[in-house]
Amino acid sequence: MNINDFHIITVGVLCAMACALPGIFLLLRRMSMMGDAISHAVLPGLAIAFLVSGSRTSWGMFFGAAVAGVLTALFTQWITKFGKVERGAAMGIVFTTLFAIGLLIIEQGAGNVDLDAGCVLYGALEYTPLHLVTLFESETLIWQIPHAAMVVGTTLLFNIIIITLFYKELTVASFDPGLAETQGFHPKVIHYLLMTMVAVTTVAAFEAVGSIIVIAMLIVPPATAFLLTHKLPVLIGMSLALAALAAILGHLSSQALPTLVGLPETTSSGMMATMSGFLFLLAWLFGPQGLVKRNTGELIEPD
Amino acid sequence: MLETLIDTLFLKTHNTRLVVLGVTFLGAAAGLIGSFLLLRKQSLLGDALSHATLPGIGIAFAVMTALGMNGRSLPGLLLGATITGLLGVLGVLAIRRTTKLKDDAAMGIVLSVFFGLGIAILGMVQKIPGQSSAGLESFIYGKTASMIEADFILIAITLTISVFVSLLIIKELTLLCFDSNFASTEGWPVLVLDILLMGLVTAVTVVGLQSVGLILIIAFLITPATAARFWTHQLRHMLWLAAIIGAVSGWLGASISALYPNFPAGAIIVITAAAIFLISMIFGRAQGVFPRYLRHRQLQKKVGRQHLLRSTYEILENSQESKPLKNLAIPLELLRKHRYWAKGELSKLIRQARAEDHIERQPSGELRLSESGFGEASRITRNHRLWEMYLITHADIAPSHVDRDADMVEHLLGAEIVHQLEAELELSKSTIESPHVI
Repeated sequence: MNINDFHIITVGVLCAMACALPGIFLLLRRMSMMGDAISHAVLPGLAIAFLVSGSRTSWGMFFGAAVAGVLTALFTQWITKFGKVERGAAMGIVFTTLFAIGLLIIEQGAGNVDLDAGCVLYGALEYTPLHLVTLFESETLIWQIPHAAMVVGTTLLFNIIIITLFYKELTVASFDPGLAETQGFHPKVIHYLLMTMVAVTTVAAFEAVGSIIVIAMLIVPPATAFLLTHKLPVLIGMSLALAALAAILGHLSSQALPTLVGLPETTSSGMMATMSGFLFLLAWLFGPQGLVKRNTGELIEPD
Repeated sequence: MLETLIDTLFLKTHNTRLVVLGVTFLGAAAGLIGSFLLLRKQSLLGDALSHATLPGIGIAFAVMTALGMNGRSLPGLLLGATITGLLGVLGVLAIRRTTKLKDDAAMGIVLSVFFGLGIAILGMVQKIPGQSSAGLESFIYGKTASMIEADFILIAITLTISVFVSLLIIKELTLLCFDSNFASTEGWPVLVLDILLMGLVTAVTVVGLQSVGLILIIAFLITPATAARFWTHQLRHMLWLAAIIGAVSGWLGASISALYPNFPAGAIIVITAAAIFLISMIFGRAQGVFPRYLRHRQLQKKVGRQHLLRSTYEILENSQESKPLKNLAIPLELLRKHRYWAKGELSKLIRQARAEDHIERQPSGELRLSESGFGEASRITRNHRLWEMYLITHADIAPSHVDRDADMVEHLLGAEIVHQLEAELELSKSTIESPHVI
C-alpha cells in the first residue's frame, strides 16, 4: 500500500462519512431515494454553470449543481402537493426530466466542451492523488493532502456543524412533523435545510469522487445501522463507522479482489458501494433481527 | 427540412423507420406497464431495476468473451441484464418483507449497490485485452440510432408478450394495485402476482436499455402513466391513455433525434413526456390542478350562497313571532354578525346574490330578499333542517355538533335525496323548526 492508496482511502472515508450523516435523516423521513434523484438531477446545473464559466472546478459549477439539487426537492414537493401525485413518482418525473435537459445541454455544447455525462456520474476517485494541495511545508516535512479530501472534509465538517446545531429540530421533524409544528420548529424549513444539505453534499462529493459513492453512502450505511440499533445517537455513530469501513474495504478489495481471478484492478468507487452492500447483507443475515437468527430462534413461543 | 421531418414522422424514410417504430412500441408498452407500477405505488422500482441491470451486462460480456463468443452480442447482454435486474427486484421485495426498512430504503440499497457492482465489473472487463468493450456504456445513456432489424424484432416480440400477458391478467393486476390486502385475504397469490408484474417491468426495462438508456427508461415507466392519471378515474381509460402518451413521446423523440444527431433520443423522449405530464397536471379533466380549482371555486360559491340565504331566512324567523313569515328588510350589520362574516367576504357574497336576483338592496342600505330569493332561502333552510334531523335521528350525532356537520354535507345533496329524506322523516310541513338553538 503506497501513499496513493492512502490518499484514495482518506478521500473515500471522508466522503462516505459526509454522505452518511444527512442520509440518516433521509432514511428516517422515508426519502432515501432523494439522494439518487438529486445526484442525477444536478446534471443541468453542472452543464449550465460549466458552459457559462468555462471551467470544471469553479464555484460556479458547485453553485449551479446545488441550485439544481434544491430545485429537485422543490419541484418534487410541488408535484406531490398540487398534483396529488405519489412522492416516488413525482421524484422520478423530476429527476429524469432534469437529467434529460442536462444531457441535451451537454450534447449541444459537445463539440467545444470537455464535459461528458460519464465523468460526472463516475467521478474519478483514482485520480484524486494527482491533484494535491500542500497543507504544511517546512524543510524536513511536506504534508500534502488531495484537493478532493479538502472538499469532502469541509463538507463533512459542514454537515457535522449543521446536525449538531439543529439536532433537536431535525429529530423531532423527522419523527413527528405534527409535534414539530406545534413546537414552532417549522418542519418545512427543516425539510429544505435537509434538502440543501443533501444537495450540497451530493455536489461536493460528486465533483471530488463521482456520484455512485454518494448515492450508496447516503442510503446503505444508515440502513445497515437501522437494522442494528434503535437509538438515534448510536445510529449516527454506527452509520459513520460503517461508511468509513465500507470505504476502506472498498478500496482494498478493488485492488485485491480482481487479481484473485486474474483480472486487472477495478474502480474504487464501485467497490466501495459494493462493500457497503456487503456490510448490509451481513447485518441483514446476522443482525439482532437477522434472517438467520429468526429462522433458528423459537418461533412458536407463545406470549 | 420540414419535409424530411414529416417523412421521418410518418415512417417514409427507410433508414429511420425501424428505430421510430421500435421506440414508439416501447413507449406504448412502458406506459401500459408503468400504469400498474404507479397504482401499486412502486414507480421508483423501475429506477432500482434499471440500475440493477448493469452488473448483468458486465458479467454477460465477461462470460461471453471467456467462451470465445462476441462479447457484445445483444441477446446475451440482455439476458445478463434480465437476470441481475430480476435479482435486484427480488432483493427489494425481500428487504421489504423481512426487515423494518421501508420501500424507499430497500430500493435505494439495491439501486446503489448493484450499480456500484456494475461499475466495478465494467471497470474490470474493460481492461480485458483482445475484446473491445467499447459501447457497453451506451446502455447507460442509450443509443437509439444503432438499432438494427434484429433488435427491432426482439423489441416487438418482448413487447407483444408483455402486453398480452398484462392484458390477460388485467383483473388480477387491478386487484393487486388497488387492494393487495383484500387480494391476499381472498386467497390470491399476491407475491406471485407481484413477481409477475416485476417480470413485466423487467422485460420492458431491459428492452428499453438499448434504445433510451437505463436512466431515461425510468421516465418512460413513470411519466406517461402519471400524466394519464390526471385525465381519468377509470383504469382501462388510463391504461389506453398512458400507452398513447408513451407512444407519442417515443415517436416524437425518436423522429427528432433521427434527424438531428445532437438531440439524443432518450433526452427528447423524456422531455416530450414531461411536457405532456405538465399539460396534464394543469388541465387534466379528472385530477388536474386547474379543473380541480374550478370545481372547488364552484362549490365554494354554492356554499357561500346557501349560507347567505339561510342566514337571512333565520334572521327573519328570529325577528318575527307570527307565521307566515313576512319578507322584511334587514340591516347589513345584523347579517354580518349572524355568521361572523368578514366584511369583504360578505359583500362579495351579496354581490353574487344580487347578480342572481336573490337579494335586493333597499335605498336605506338595508337588504331584502327578492321573491325568488325568499323561495330559495326557505327551500335551503328547510333542506338544512331536514339534514340536521336526519343526522340526529339516524346518524346519532350530538345536537351541538349537528350544525357543522349539516353544513358540510348538505351542499352535496341532490334534490332527489332530499325528497327521500323528507319522506323518511315524514316531515312534509312547509317549515321545519330548527332542532337546535340558532
